[in-house]
Amino acid sequence: MIEHDVLERVLAGATSGGADFAEVYAEDKRSTSAGLDDGRVEQVTSGRDRGAGIRVIAGDTTGFAYTSDLSEAGLRAAADAAVAAAARGGGGVAAVGLVQSDRHRPNAGAGDPDSIDKARKVELLTRMDEAARSHGPEIVQVSAGYGDSTKRVLVANTEGVLADDEIVRTLLRISAVANGDSGMQTGYQSMGHTVGFEIFDSVDVEEMARKAAQQAITKLSARPAPSGEMPVVIANGTGGVLFHEACGHGLEADHIQKGASVYAGKVGELVANPLVTLVDDGTMPGEWGTLGIDDEGRATQRNVLIEDGILTDYMWDYLRAKKEGRPQSGNGRRQSYQHLPMVRMTNTFVMNGPSNPGDIIADTPNGVYVAKLGGGSVNTASGDFVFGMTEAYLIENGQVTEPLRDGNLIGNGPKVLRDIDLLGNDFAMGSPGTCGKDGQGVPVGDGQPTLRVKQLTVGGTAA
Amino acid sequence: MSDTTGELLELADRVVAQAGAGEHVEAFVSRGGETEVRVYQGDVEHFVSAQSEGIGIRVIKDGRTGFAYAGTLDEAAVAEVLAEARENVQFGSPDEFAGLAEPDGVEPTEQSLWNDDLASYATEKKIDLAKDLERLSAAADERVRVDDSNYADAWGEAAVASTNGIRQAGRENGCYVSVSVLADDGEGDSAETQTGFGFSVGNSPDEFDLDRAAREAADRATRLLGATKPSSKRTTVVLDPFVTAQFLGVISSTLNGEAVVKGRSLFADRLGEEVANPMLTLVDDPTNPKAYTSTDVDGEGLAARRNVLIEDGVLKQFVHNSYSARRAGAASTGNATRGGFAGTPGVGCLALSLVPGTRSQDELIADVDDGLLVQSVQGLHSGVNPISGDFSTGAAGLLIENGTVGAPVREFTIASTLQRMLLDIVEIGGDIDWLPMRAAGMSLVISDITMSGA
Repeated sequence: MIEHDVLERVLAGATSGGADFAEVYAEDKRSTSAGLDDGRVEQVTSGRDRGAGIRVIAGDTTGFAYTSDLSEAGLRAAADAAVAAAARGGGGVAAVGLVQSDRHRPNAGAGDPDSIDKARKVELLTRMDEAARSHGPEIVQVSAGYGDSTKRVLVANTEGVLADDEIVRTLLRISAVANGDSGMQTGYQSMGHTVGFEIFDSVDVEEMARKAAQQAITKLSARPAPSGEMPVVIANGTGGVLFHEACGHGLEADHIQKGASVYAGKVGELVANPLVTLVDDGTMPGEWGTLGIDDEGRATQRNVLIEDGILTDYMWDYLRAKKEGRPQSGNGRRQSYQHLPMVRMTNTFVMNGPSNPGDIIADTPNGVYVAKLGGGSVNTASGDFVFGMTEAYLIENGQVTEPLRDGNLIGNGPKVLRDIDLLGNDFAMGSPGTCGKDGQGVPVGDGQPTLRVKQLTVGGTAA
Repeated sequence: MSDTTGELLELADRVVAQAGAGEHVEAFVSRGGETEVRVYQGDVEHFVSAQSEGIGIRVIKDGRTGFAYAGTLDEAAVAEVLAEARENVQFGSPDEFAGLAEPDGVEPTEQSLWNDDLASYATEKKIDLAKDLERLSAAADERVRVDDSNYADAWGEAAVASTNGIRQAGRENGCYVSVSVLADDGEGDSAETQTGFGFSVGNSPDEFDLDRAAREAADRATRLLGATKPSSKRTTVVLDPFVTAQFLGVISSTLNGEAVVKGRSLFADRLGEEVANPMLTLVDDPTNPKAYTSTDVDGEGLAARRNVLIEDGVLKQFVHNSYSARRAGAASTGNATRGGFAGTPGVGCLALSLVPGTRSQDELIADVDDGLLVQSVQGLHSGVNPISGDFSTGAAGLLIENGTVGAPVREFTIASTLQRMLLDIVEIGGDIDWLPMRAAGMSLVISDITMSGA
């Protein structure tokens, strides 16, 4: 993308006035997407996003500028803007000697999506549309989307880091609307992997469509969700968002360093039921949050955050690790070359516990069983978080019974971690997610086995 | 800063001129820039200054649509985008309603969207604004510390042209300051931290009210200190203006013409019927200069206009872009939305507001014997289903007893359905606030809401 010697000259120039650190992050992304709605392929879209973000740090101040011009002149102009923004620092960097890092490619071998005929991509959508509509006469509307992208990334900085990565992503989603006497209901399924089109050799897209259709049809007979505190059982592979919100964001070192997290100062303390071991791992082959390097050039790794209930570490990017005098953890990420990196999760999951999932339900006399969760959000300072349930059922006398209408659940992170009292042995990763923070979205994965929270507030309308 | 909208329009014209026989072509070209300053403990934490540009091209032939974009205006890249959009046409399904917007003779309302003072505002003064806001916020209450204090401005120029004779170009800029604060109380196991935010927006930094932003941030955070989880019950809520604006945003998705023609609106068959309390009139009016999102043209280059959606509780019309209008057998209401050059036009409200009532929030609260003032909601994206109408969201606020606000509460949800909430509106406040969102806010009283807590 950019020649080695050009990078060295741009970085040296950016720090010649006294700045402590400079970094070039360049990306070149090609994407294809297709949307089907109302029985028609609405359009196929091709996209190209290419550019570089230049970060200059002087003292405690970061200057940042970006450009879509990857020529030396374009990069120098952006570097000048970043330098001006960072003002004057102390140290200065005399010469920059870049050393190419060994390649770290957890997803080696992903096929090139651009080598696949677009007609085959579109065909997935029409197949899903048919499968969902033929699943039941109640299905009145279907929309489906396909997307793939290939992103080449290059990172170089004045500490000699020179690393690159190539990330292929493939995403498929479907949403179905069913209509009945009680109005309309919706069902949704999605899958996303850092794998090429070959993923469809092993994914049954018709089954995905039928699941979305069935979810909508089931909810036609749903009753309003209950209101108040009760035990909640969450199905495997759907509740990772609970940990993402209940503690993941609170373990990001930027929140910690500003004292804006309920988990600040708690390393070494018991913060969860001893059943819980929580990991953030950017190296899981094929998962949605997987990367070779983070967006600061650091190789991704497996980070144990909570082990047997004890808080072991936070997640770190360059800036926060530097301040603390410790190694980065491969969690410095950004949405694109137009954004500053910050601490972000990759694939965040809870490891298996001892229980059989069936026993967890049988041991719960009354409560709610959540088969599919929607999104969520958290206030890291207070720890209060919400997440939506898009497919849920009542548990009565240890059995899953009637379907429930959509709603939010609310809890407080530290309390919920302690209240997880049963953990299953059926670990599964969940659907692809987009995590939003400070206006930036990045792809993340999550996962967990079936689990029970002994008390959570269910936000329905039924007494 | 020089005005390059003419240059962008020429580029769009050049693309459109390449349309072949039977080909409908639309080019959307834009360029924009931003400044973002974040201050922490008296120092600049980061300063972002950058520009970007790009083009999106839509090609329609024989009812089939193809689209492509690139984040550059480099000549070779533009040629590639047109070629890719053309290639993508073959994969679209034929659609008799596919088409570009037709000029409809409606003249755009003159708007003052560009401010030269802002464009030439000195960098140092931008940094000082963020520093001043941080200092004012920290001083507002001894329990408060500042998480971040920000100044941001943005400018954009855009041009759209098509083979149907659409030809529009314009530019706009704007700025805001915002602050996030933390309020701490208690020690050890009873230590707690609550958060608050404040902001101020303007066509120029001279219009900022830093004192108000600082005070509101501190109030929001400190008001919640000591908050407990309330018990579950049905109650009357008073929504703060900021919450009302978010609620109107959700309502607007049910009045979206695309949702209507595709059978995803719960109000699709209700035109002419009473869907809300008769005191309610809901208007989308981007021609109102007070609205933060006021604009002269929509995403397809048609004049933005005033549309009354619900009048005295009766559903009057939906909002449309040219495609949804054609399918509905109606005319575009000038409500094409566009997220930038990387997407095709959608449908959406541009600048919503309820026609305000007359009384202040205090007067509304004085009439509530037992209720809840909702200061913030959390999880509108995860617990609200605009297709089924189910509404459930996390909330924080203050209990209302005998007409006055009392103890703070948090970690609970409020729930109902969108259909019922519109009918259960008791009163609309007179305290209209033009927030930096697509909807204005004012206090709103709604009865019979389920509060789920302990």
